[in-house]
Amino acid sequence: MSSDKQRQTPPGDLAFFAKSQLLTSEEVERALKRMAHEIVERNHGSPQLSVIGLQVGGVAFGVRIAQLLSEILGTEVSLGFLDVSFYRDDLHRNPIPKSTATTIDHDLTDRTVVLVDDVLFTGRTIRAALNALSDWGRPHSVQLAVMVDRGHRELPIRPDYVGKNLPTSLDEAIRATIEGVWIGTKESS
Amino acid sequence: MNGSIRGQNLLTLNDLSREALVEVLDTAESFVEVNRRTIKKVPALKGRVVASLFFEESTRTRLSFETAAKRLSADVLSLAVASSSVKKGESLRDTIATIDALGIDAVVMRHQSSGAAMQVSRYVPQVRVINAGDGLHQHPTQGLLDAFTVRQVLSERAGTSGVETGAELFDGLKVLIVGDIRHSRVARSDIAAYSALGCQVRVAAPGTLLPSDIENWPVQVVNDYDEALEWADVVALLRLQRERGSGSFVPSLGEFTQTFGLTLARAKRLRPTTLIMHPGPMNRGVEIDSRVADLPSAVVERQVANGVPIRMAVLYLTVAGTNEGVS
Repeated sequence: MSSDKQRQTPPGDLAFFAKSQLLTSEEVERALKRMAHEIVERNHGSPQLSVIGLQVGGVAFGVRIAQLLSEILGTEVSLGFLDVSFYRDDLHRNPIPKSTATTIDHDLTDRTVVLVDDVLFTGRTIRAALNALSDWGRPHSVQLAVMVDRGHRELPIRPDYVGKNLPTSLDEAIRATIEGVWIGTKESS
Repeated sequence: MNGSIRGQNLLTLNDLSREALVEVLDTAESFVEVNRRTIKKVPALKGRVVASLFFEESTRTRLSFETAAKRLSADVLSLAVASSSVKKGESLRDTIATIDALGIDAVVMRHQSSGAAMQVSRYVPQVRVINAGDGLHQHPTQGLLDAFTVRQVLSERAGTSGVETGAELFDGLKVLIVGDIRHSRVARSDIAAYSALGCQVRVAAPGTLLPSDIENWPVQVVNDYDEALEWADVVALLRLQRERGSGSFVPSLGEFTQTFGLTLARAKRLRPTTLIMHPGPMNRGVEIDSRVADLPSAVVERQVANGVPIRMAVLYLTVAGTNEGVS
């Protein structure tokens, strides 16, 4: 039974077709290291850090950034994952995104939260994430780290840490993982 | 076969595919986590209006549907039928029209007549209708939460999560449904869910409490009840529905308990891992011995607790999203 595969690409979901690779896994790793150092530098002396990876694409990046921060700081940095499906403002307009688990096991009140995602596009996911975060307390501040900023913002949201700025056209698609970054198109499978 | 309940009515489980069922179970898993939070509320249905219409009494179903709607930030209109114009003889059609005029997105409805939810869905095609039990026909969310409870308990035992298991643990799972099958909408929804998920389903009941068309159901009728208890991985008991006249289908309640009740002596035939389920409210001492109901393998309270996340998932999938772009 290939139910796992079916779950990943339910009927009608768009599949990603890569055109060319823009970053290798080594380049992604180097970008993450630079971002981790920027996070440490900028938050020198600020309250405790919490890294929150956004489901699904931001999870692996969140895990890696939390690891790098723990190594640099010499103390364990808290890590959580957030699914924003139930907070989206475009539920009426698009097919419902598949929901996944949220695991935030600590109160975020007075912490410095670093949201981590793979690609920053319209900014609507981040808006949903900011709404969701308020259910876990009142952070001291919230910062945003993304692997790729592809432009086309629809909301006044900007990233604090960027792996790579990639100006794109609207009909292009970006796939960013720990293994690398690709540009391509999304088509129905 | 329906591949998803997104943007659809939920009137019956009979035409749902395995994928559609698993989608509801997986979505409910996310809502279990929401229900564990300090702030148990998400804005998914903010500004939507859900009407709850219970023409038949209910405690757990109505409360858990209304709780589910509120935790999704929907506004809930609750019609207390006993104190409404229904008592003055208002027809179902007019009652629905009145409520629809207030501007609603969904109706959660329980009615004593089979097919009432389907009828309402024709009156108000733009409103999503969720059947919360219609006569002897269907009780879809009960079937869903029963399957969800089985998957949850069995995947916990295996040290994994329900989402990771998918539907594989249902393959060949042995489910025995016992009691008043004839009058039970729960049995009909359970059988639809379990068989679509790939379980082997058997039923055990006195001949008078089997429906006349049982041979068309995807089940096997058990001749030897005691042997079936040893066979089963899951034993699902049903309430003897005295309000539907079940009492007159058996010689006496005592006789029913002796032959088909899950007594303490009979429960000893079960493997210690076999799940004992009951949709509630239980007639302790009739279909289930009080001591059996309190065994660790009895998951009745889990079933009730899972009512809220399952109903959140159903409301979310049917009401929140459009079906556009999904074939």
